[in-house]
Amino acid sequence: MSTGKKTNSQPADDLDLSVYREETAEHPPLDDLSQLSPEDKTVLLMTGIDPSGKERSGSFFQKDHSVIHCQTDFDGAEIMSATAARKKYNGLTEYWGKVVPADKDIYTRRAEEHQEHGYYIRSLPGVNVHYPLQACLYLTEDKLAQDVHNIIIAEEGSNLNIITGCATAPGVRSGLHVGISEFFVKKGATISFTMIHNWAEEMAVRPRSAVIVEEGGTFISNYICLVPAKNLQMYPAATLKGKGAVATFNSVLLARPGSFMDVGSRIILRGEGSRGEVVSRVVSTGGTVIARGHLVGETPGIRAHLECKGLLLSDKGRIHAIPELEGKTSDLEMSHEAAVGKIAQEEVEYLMARGLSEQEATTLIIKGFLSLDIVGLPADLKKELERMIEETDTEAM
Amino acid sequence: MKDGFLLEVQDLHVSVGEKEILKGVNLQIKKGEVHAIFGPNGSGKTTLLNAMMGFAGYTVTGNIIFGGRDISRLPINERAKMGIGISFQRPPVIRGVKLRRLIETSAKRNGKFLEAYAKNLNLVDFLEREVNVGFSGGEIKRAELLQLILQDPDLVLLDEPESGVDLENIALIGEYTNHLLGRKREPNKKKTMKELYRERKKSGLIITHTGHILDYVNVDVGYILMQGRIACQANPRDILHTIRECGFEECFRCFRGEGKNVNREKN
Repeated sequence: MSTGKKTNSQPADDLDLSVYREETAEHPPLDDLSQLSPEDKTVLLMTGIDPSGKERSGSFFQKDHSVIHCQTDFDGAEIMSATAARKKYNGLTEYWGKVVPADKDIYTRRAEEHQEHGYYIRSLPGVNVHYPLQACLYLTEDKLAQDVHNIIIAEEGSNLNIITGCATAPGVRSGLHVGISEFFVKKGATISFTMIHNWAEEMAVRPRSAVIVEEGGTFISNYICLVPAKNLQMYPAATLKGKGAVATFNSVLLARPGSFMDVGSRIILRGEGSRGEVVSRVVSTGGTVIARGHLVGETPGIRAHLECKGLLLSDKGRIHAIPELEGKTSDLEMSHEAAVGKIAQEEVEYLMARGLSEQEATTLIIKGFLSLDIVGLPADLKKELERMIEETDTEAM
Repeated sequence: MKDGFLLEVQDLHVSVGEKEILKGVNLQIKKGEVHAIFGPNGSGKTTLLNAMMGFAGYTVTGNIIFGGRDISRLPINERAKMGIGISFQRPPVIRGVKLRRLIETSAKRNGKFLEAYAKNLNLVDFLEREVNVGFSGGEIKRAELLQLILQDPDLVLLDEPESGVDLENIALIGEYTNHLLGRKREPNKKKTMKELYRERKKSGLIITHTGHILDYVNVDVGYILMQGRIACQANPRDILHTIRECGFEECFRCFRGEGKNVNREKN
């Protein structure tokens, strides 16, 4: 798609947005996610969303343009439609558009103009939301545009776990998803945010996310996309404002033939003693991935590391790692490590000497490569991730 | 296996690129026998094991008959499944794959004893670690042994099982190498030697540079591999003694046919 094009920065207007429909009918509310069809449930499970709500603190479910389900039994956190939250809290003026400006690019502008919900999640001060809150953005109609705006706030000293699953229903081939997400990690708080994409092959996806981390706060982002995506472009950025703030971005991407993923993570280290880490694992079986990373060190004494590893399994694929380090002061420590290559023959033969076929050996190595050991991920989510990688159809590669 | 050989290597020539490394190797191993190959660096010892296992990068002519079947064209995993196991001198790391996972996925006849052997080899914690990532020399050897014991091959190929192993580990590795080969060194008062010999079902081919493993494993036959050829076949302890006293210089001299006191033909 962008082969031969300049890849210095992400293009801002590369999609024909006129092919997508803006309007659709409202869907009726759903009391319980377990009432969803078995087909839908299967999709959701592969997206990290548990329809039974077991081991979840609450659920938010948006189908196309309608929030059809939203509930939590947990007193320490709020989860609701962002539109509803704006009504309830005076337009959320403290937060709305504060880290992702509405005029940032054509996608943020259109999201502002066409916004249909998105979620508002907030943990109350000092509360530990142990079980994750789950939020699902689901597209069920072909060629529909879904524009959402999410606001996520972890109040002082709280600990918030979120799983966001974005998926298309079986039968849907194409569509547009634009999602603005603004995160606020307050003093001493932690947000662990895991986003799993499970899109149809022809989807165009434009998340626009930014994060502010205050003193002693921690932001952990895990992004997983193991399914084809025709055109995915995102570059979430975390600004570590406060002293000792920490941000980690982990990404696991599998690009099949026909997929184009331009995915990066940026950390701006401004607070004294702040630390950042960007880690990505990319496998291409024929798709194109531009794996970006950008660390900006603005204060002496900060430390940050960027790591990008790519496995290229087909001559038709392309992995372009663009790690950037930008130091704006002396006395800081930033490093990067990038490697793109094929599977080592030696590893395959080692496993074959133990009786695995070449295909089995290759599959095991790929799965191992993708199974990033994510520190700080809740145990059940970790298991779920492992299961997802396990069930990923690598035979077809 | 009419002639009783589990493994018969016939006129094996192996090249890497244009360079011929093995120039016509012949050897036979009977069921229950363990043989050792000595030789200076670069003589082709590892090449011999790798070619027998079927690793890529080697051009092989000649026959490798295992269990009565020529395996020289079979893929690696077929050879493994037929009952050949190899311990790597420097195995690669497999990121993101736990040792337990590798073992559970591998060919194994002794799988149900995983926990017990892991305990005996001090590897319980290592089962949950990524394969060979950050393992010390001794830990690598123990992990290789664990995998092989569970795989339970009929023919075991060991590439310098003692290299890089500290004193603390060598006894343990020796003990379980014997175990892998189905042997015990202690005398058994209940059975005659004849009976014990008959019970030996496992065969092995051990590469050793220093010979230390011979302090722990009784080896039946020794070879010296030199410049791609088997230079001599003899009692392994005699070979070891000669090498320890005189180094491989003596073997070179003998191999070139110099001196009267050494007979290069096997008797």
